[in-house]
Amino acid sequence: MAVLVIAEHSNGVLGAATLNTVAAARKIDDSIAVLVAGQQVDQVAQTAARIDGVTKVLVADNTAYANLLAENVAPLVASLGKGFSHVLAPATTNGKNYLPRVAALLDVDQISEIIEVVSPDTFKRPIYAGNAIATVQSSAAVKVISVRATGFDPVSAEGGNAIIEVIDATFQQGRSRFVGEQLAKSDRPELTGAKIVVSGGRGMQSGDNFSLLYNLADKLGAAVGASRAAVDAGYAPNDMQVGQTGKIVAPQLYIAVGISGAIQHLAGMKDSKVIVAINKDEEAPIFQVADYGLVGDLFELVPQLQDAL
Amino acid sequence: MKVLVAVKRVVDFNVKVRVKADQSGVELTSVKMALNPFCEIAVEEAVRLKEQGIATEVVVVTVGSNAAQEQLRTALALGADRAILVEATDDLSSLTIAKALKAVVDKEQPRLVILGKQAIDSDNNQTGQMLAALSGYAQGTFASKVEVVGDKLNVTREIDGGLQSLELSLPAIVTTDLRLNEPRYASLPNIMKAKKKPLETLTPSALGVATTSTIKTLKVEAPAVRSAGIKVKTVAELIEKLKNEAKVI
Repeated sequence: MAVLVIAEHSNGVLGAATLNTVAAARKIDDSIAVLVAGQQVDQVAQTAARIDGVTKVLVADNTAYANLLAENVAPLVASLGKGFSHVLAPATTNGKNYLPRVAALLDVDQISEIIEVVSPDTFKRPIYAGNAIATVQSSAAVKVISVRATGFDPVSAEGGNAIIEVIDATFQQGRSRFVGEQLAKSDRPELTGAKIVVSGGRGMQSGDNFSLLYNLADKLGAAVGASRAAVDAGYAPNDMQVGQTGKIVAPQLYIAVGISGAIQHLAGMKDSKVIVAINKDEEAPIFQVADYGLVGDLFELVPQLQDAL
Repeated sequence: MKVLVAVKRVVDFNVKVRVKADQSGVELTSVKMALNPFCEIAVEEAVRLKEQGIATEVVVVTVGSNAAQEQLRTALALGADRAILVEATDDLSSLTIAKALKAVVDKEQPRLVILGKQAIDSDNNQTGQMLAALSGYAQGTFASKVEVVGDKLNVTREIDGGLQSLELSLPAIVTTDLRLNEPRYASLPNIMKAKKKPLETLTPSALGVATTSTIKTLKVEAPAVRSAGIKVKTVAELIEKLKNEAKVI
């Protein structure tokens, strides 16, 4: 058995979720290859070769793989994947985009967002917005699996010394073209990897009021998240959404401000170590999962909290 | 052009599901069922394309039990023209469903297929991508904006860092994100009219699709319960607890 892990990366930087995915791979087998597909990915490949526990790095550097277009990346991964018992990718938007396409090309079912490796063919994954945990067994020749990063502690980024192998295969389907992207700019830590997350909901009442949370977050070195209600109301951009359909976070400390705590939001944050809720409605469901609850007006409490830190 | 929309019958998103005592799955008897919210957005987008004169016909399809006719009628009431039920058991894998949908795509030859990005029961987020692979079509997943320009499709996608724009060749597959549109409500006259719209029933075997799977669910458990903590009275008390008790700041 050997495991192929597909690296997450953007702008020449290896994505942190890759380390969590390698951690899941190590629970399956010791022989781990990492595929770095993209354009001008030398630097990423060098970084990947130093990951603790990685034995080989496959580099597919080609314009066809720029921006990880699923139409071109999936056949590449499928052709390489035939030589492995498992193909793993982080459950990022990239991984979720190309991996089911890989599975279909290999004619196998895919297992999404595992949170635990029970054995090399048996895995646990949340269903129904995290309200049930399914244990699933796969008899597929190649097991194609996406990994929820928060389910696995990352391996060390240093200590490995993998050999690097160049892959020449080019799959250029020509059915899709990258036009552009609009990335939200932020100096704060990345939401899914942050140790502390401060999130706002409908209770923030406006996008301007989110500055209260940004100020608090900056004092704590925290990332800022939002509920779907806040995103839909235009208070915050969509990539800040925490929940079943947004990002899944499990920080040391999660501070929910003006968030009622709908099932869909809890799905994205209930594995946080400590949850703090600040809400004026003491009946809000968020208090049923909060370790520390503070009932009151967030417009008074948040500035007080910031000043007191 | 013809637009095909795939929909799924799922537990209503507001229901707090309960795991069965024998750990075989979640309790679904006498639980409120509904159209998967992402599928509702897919139907709405197709109907809007029809209202813009781009789509000529909107065909809605589901793969599932006979009870899913109810969700097909809902889609018809929202503006779809006709429906196809591929009658099968409810617990098929995404790959099997994608294969059944591929057979329907071969039969119907749509220019565009719209699906939800994920069903809120299995939370797989796989079917659209698998259908795209099987059809050889381009895919625009997690779409928050869709625009047909000649024989191309411009798709804005929600990605981890923000938004990404792609240009796809038609025919293509699109999966919807929540922000693509706001679905309309079906009016009573439209619900009445939907009852008369055509609904065709097929089976996987008639489509030449095997329903075997390489995945077996061994058990379904309730997640670890997180119990409510304490309420603090002041900000000072909160900070004291976070520093000395939880030790997280």
